[in-house]
Amino acid sequence: MNRTTLLALQILVGIAFLVVWHLLTTVPMANGKPLFAPFFFSTPLDVLARTWKDITGGTLWRHLGITMLETVLAFGIGAGAGIVVGFAFARRELLAAVFDPYVKAANALPRVVLAPIFALWFGLGIWSKVALGFTLVFFIVFFNVYQGVKEVSPTVLANARMLGMNERQLLRHVYWPAALTWMFSSLHTSVGFALIGAVVGEYLGSSAGLGYKIHEAESVFDVTGVFSGMLILTIVVIILDAIVTRIENRLLVWRPDTTARTT
Amino acid sequence: MSQGAALSVSSPSLSAPAAVADVALRGLDITFALKTGEQHAAVKAIDLTVAPGEFVAIVGPTGCGKSTLLNAAAGLLKPSAGKVEIQGAVLAGLNAKAGYLFQADALMPWKTAIDNVAVALEPQGVPRAEALQRAQDWLARVGLKGFAQRYPHMLSGGQRKRVALAQMLIRDPQILLMDEPFGPLDAQTRQIMGNLLLDLWAANKKAVMFVTHDLEEAIALADRVVVMSAGPAAGIVGDFRVELPRPRDIAEIRVEPAFHAIHKAIWASLRVEVQKAYAQGEQLGEEAQQ
Ligand SMILES: Nc1ncnc2c1ncn2[C@@H]1O[C@H](COP(=O)(O)OP(=O)(O)OP(=O)(O)O)[C@@H](O)[C@H]1O
Ligand SMILES: [Mg+2]
Repeated sequence: MNRTTLLALQILVGIAFLVVWHLLTTVPMANGKPLFAPFFFSTPLDVLARTWKDITGGTLWRHLGITMLETVLAFGIGAGAGIVVGFAFARRELLAAVFDPYVKAANALPRVVLAPIFALWFGLGIWSKVALGFTLVFFIVFFNVYQGVKEVSPTVLANARMLGMNERQLLRHVYWPAALTWMFSSLHTSVGFALIGAVVGEYLGSSAGLGYKIHEAESVFDVTGVFSGMLILTIVVIILDAIVTRIENRLLVWRPDTTARTT
Repeated sequence: MSQGAALSVSSPSLSAPAAVADVALRGLDITFALKTGEQHAAVKAIDLTVAPGEFVAIVGPTGCGKSTLLNAAAGLLKPSAGKVEIQGAVLAGLNAKAGYLFQADALMPWKTAIDNVAVALEPQGVPRAEALQRAQDWLARVGLKGFAQRYPHMLSGGQRKRVALAQMLIRDPQILLMDEPFGPLDAQTRQIMGNLLLDLWAANKKAVMFVTHDLEEAIALADRVVVMSAGPAAGIVGDFRVELPRPRDIAEIRVEPAFHAIHKAIWASLRVEVQKAYAQGEQLGEEAQQ
């Protein structure tokens, strides 16, 4: 199947979904009411109209900006800490062995339960959301960097050492690129989790951000507002994912499979 | 030249006693501890010296321990018994005087061909611009001028070997350890690379340990051909001096009568070991099936 047909089919599915939704919520049945009450299900046109109003209205951008700031901070700090600790653990056997059970336990913990505690510690501003995103991103990056450093090909490593590289040069030319590969292979997941951390944190307690907007709409049974918030969130995720894919393709040109991938 | 003069069978070292050997393996045993708890004696009681400027080829059946010997000479493997001496000093840690061309792929997959070669100069503190310049020259020498910007996965197996060769030689090490460097090359490229190696070696004589499974190649290149027995606990069963005149041309030398005489003598000893190794393999296969 060629790309245009595929794209056409993909769009068709979306349109079909919207049409069904539209018909079910607007066409009156025998009793004079639509099958799905718009109060509970909203209508596609209402959602679009609301979204458009929000986008052009101006208040949305402030919320979006805050959510993005939290996402970027959570990702940056989480990834940075994950890289440092991942390297340390991979290069120091003892450290990894001693902390192993605690790392596993911490990672097994459902992070959402921490949100109220973070709100307590860091207040209702952005930092409690950053903290939540951090706990999600950190472990993904940490595990991948650890794995990447551990699984460097022994031959490549032996060769680099035979070339006379010292520890610093090995780090730069061998361990770091290997770790980065693994980290980037998990970039989609970790960026996604940074956003989830931010939105969930906002949802559970804050006064700004996309999560807050959705929560606010929910509390007054404004289904259109909830769906509109979700639509905006989806658009943001798609854009973020496209950016990540671009970065990934640029940085991992040397990998055999990236050239073959077209998405 | 008579055939008798071209061929002499000797016991291990022939080098003059005054000269200190570049590489000396003395009473070397290497035993691997397997995961199952068993011990696998790969090589046993190896005595082998390589004089400065001497080209020694090592042949033997597959799995006999040729790579293991090179790893020991490189300092990557600690001997279980015996010692490795490099220019008279007992080797501890890595062998800084040696360049090693590995049997398996060893290029950094995240670096282009030229970066892989240039990075070899970084430990010596060569400025990057100069390193790139020299790397480009080396790529041209191994016939890969147009492939500088390719990543290893975009190169064929033979091309990767040639990049690795350039990466090793650009550092100008005093001792060369080469593990089947021309294995994946086609016959023509093999000849070109073989002659190139001989030219480089003649210009600046280095001690070479050259592992190959191609006996003809071993004879055409080397001053000495060492034959290893089938493992386990492989040892050296033959040490043949190749007294063919230099400079040599890899392709032409094969038609000389003296070449055939040497080939015949070495093959007589190698064949026994290859057959032994093959029989062992079959036996192991049958045991595994039962
Ligand atoms: N790390 C290891 N652990 C256990 N056994 C090993 C290890 N490395 C090598 N061996 C065994 O030691 C023997 C010698 O291996 P080596 O790689 O030196 O053979 P080789 O002569 O280079 O073979 P080939 O010609 O196929 O490359 C083999 O039987 C192999 O199975
Ligand atoms: Mg080998």
